[in-house]
Amino acid sequence: MTSQNTRRFDTVRPGETLPALPIPITVALIASGAIATRDYFPGHHDKDAALALGSPHVFMNILTTSGLAQRYVEEWAGPAAVFKDLKIKLGAPNYPGDTMSFTGEVTHTDAASRTVVVSLKGRNSMGNHVTGTATLVLP
Amino acid sequence: MAEQDWMSEVRGMVGREYGRVYAWDQVNEPMIRQWCEVMGVSNPLYTDAAYAATTEHGGIVAPPAMLQAWCLEGLHMNNYPPGSTTENPYEVLKLMEGQGYASVVAVNSDLSFERYVKPGERLYYTTRLDAVGEQKTTALGTGFFVTLVMSFFSEKPMGDEKVGSLLFRVFKFRPANLANPVKPVEEGNAAAALPKYKRPRPGISDDTRFFWEGVDAGQLRIQRCKGCGSLRHPPGPVCSSCHSFEWDYVEAAGTGQLYSFVVMHYPEVPPFDYPNPVGLIELDEGVRLIAGLVGVKRDEIRIGQRVKVEFQTFDDGLTLPMFRPLEP
Repeated sequence: MTSQNTRRFDTVRPGETLPALPIPITVALIASGAIATRDYFPGHHDKDAALALGSPHVFMNILTTSGLAQRYVEEWAGPAAVFKDLKIKLGAPNYPGDTMSFTGEVTHTDAASRTVVVSLKGRNSMGNHVTGTATLVLP
Repeated sequence: MAEQDWMSEVRGMVGREYGRVYAWDQVNEPMIRQWCEVMGVSNPLYTDAAYAATTEHGGIVAPPAMLQAWCLEGLHMNNYPPGSTTENPYEVLKLMEGQGYASVVAVNSDLSFERYVKPGERLYYTTRLDAVGEQKTTALGTGFFVTLVMSFFSEKPMGDEKVGSLLFRVFKFRPANLANPVKPVEEGNAAAALPKYKRPRPGISDDTRFFWEGVDAGQLRIQRCKGCGSLRHPPGPVCSSCHSFEWDYVEAAGTGQLYSFVVMHYPEVPPFDYPNPVGLIELDEGVRLIAGLVGVKRDEIRIGQRVKVEFQTFDDGLTLPMFRPLEP
């Protein structure tokens, strides 16, 4: 649940860690995430197609990963934060039955622009599914 | 076509710009709400008009991470809305497919936002083929990293407005593992199909067996020369002081000090936790050994600090000696 309490720039320091967020990876999340992002690539909703591609099951698309990364950062930052960028890199795939746990840390703050940079990782049983950064303007 | 020929054709395409690809739908509240539902996003800025009206945006906006989704073609591949370019911004990938690089995975998505977009706006993007890397071999297979930069615009009567951009990098490759097709998984048992990443097991020889049997028994054993009595680690067949082949072992107290250390950051290899501190420990008996450090933060590690062994068991009964700092 997003806190209605908005994080204010003046209270944020580099090194502050974000609360961890575990996300169970399910067929429903992978398939509905792909469709909600208009990505109909068969490997994201059709297990037979995924097997033919050499994967053990359907795998999460990058647009869903972006969406979950946005959620993770804004659950910490609150609804008044404004994203300037969201940059992610994929590693190990997210397959059903796994759990991806987000962790994050404030790595940089800039008082003149009231921006903070958050670095994040989403780790599953095979390693990091995603690593990335988000730049936010805070009130 | 010889390999050089098709690659020079690919190289010649780098820098090429491609025309507009429109969104099928205007930015709209139902698609925003469904996206938020699926992602678990509960920020009221995207779904609660009364709240959104009180913000600097003045009303509901689309989640920024949705930017690319608005302009995807949907169920039917290469079926773009009227007004879209007839060029194919992904033609370089098709060319690679023709050379046997059949598979593709997305690797990077770097979104930047000029501003948030609102319901009613009609978006389009233009594309530039930014880069094609040298041929690389990864765990997935052999292929090329291809980078596209897309600029997103909102159509406006008084001149279109740039709203954001996306650096999108994919790996276009020949799969490495199609010769060993994966087994289908049982319904409801998907987790069993996931590869299990375990710590590498030590290679155990006649020279080192006593050490690992000691670890399994909760003892830290150090090899001792029967000829001159000197201790040595790592274990070996012959004494470097007196050249005797005769040896036994003593049980170390398990305490010592940190002689040196390294903190592993990159690459992050499962199943280890990162940052991963590894110490060179000088035992009170005088020999040094390498082991993982536990219970210490990276910036609190000090050379010379007192440490004590503890035995931790991982995976399928692999026990390893780890060292934890003692309170000062």
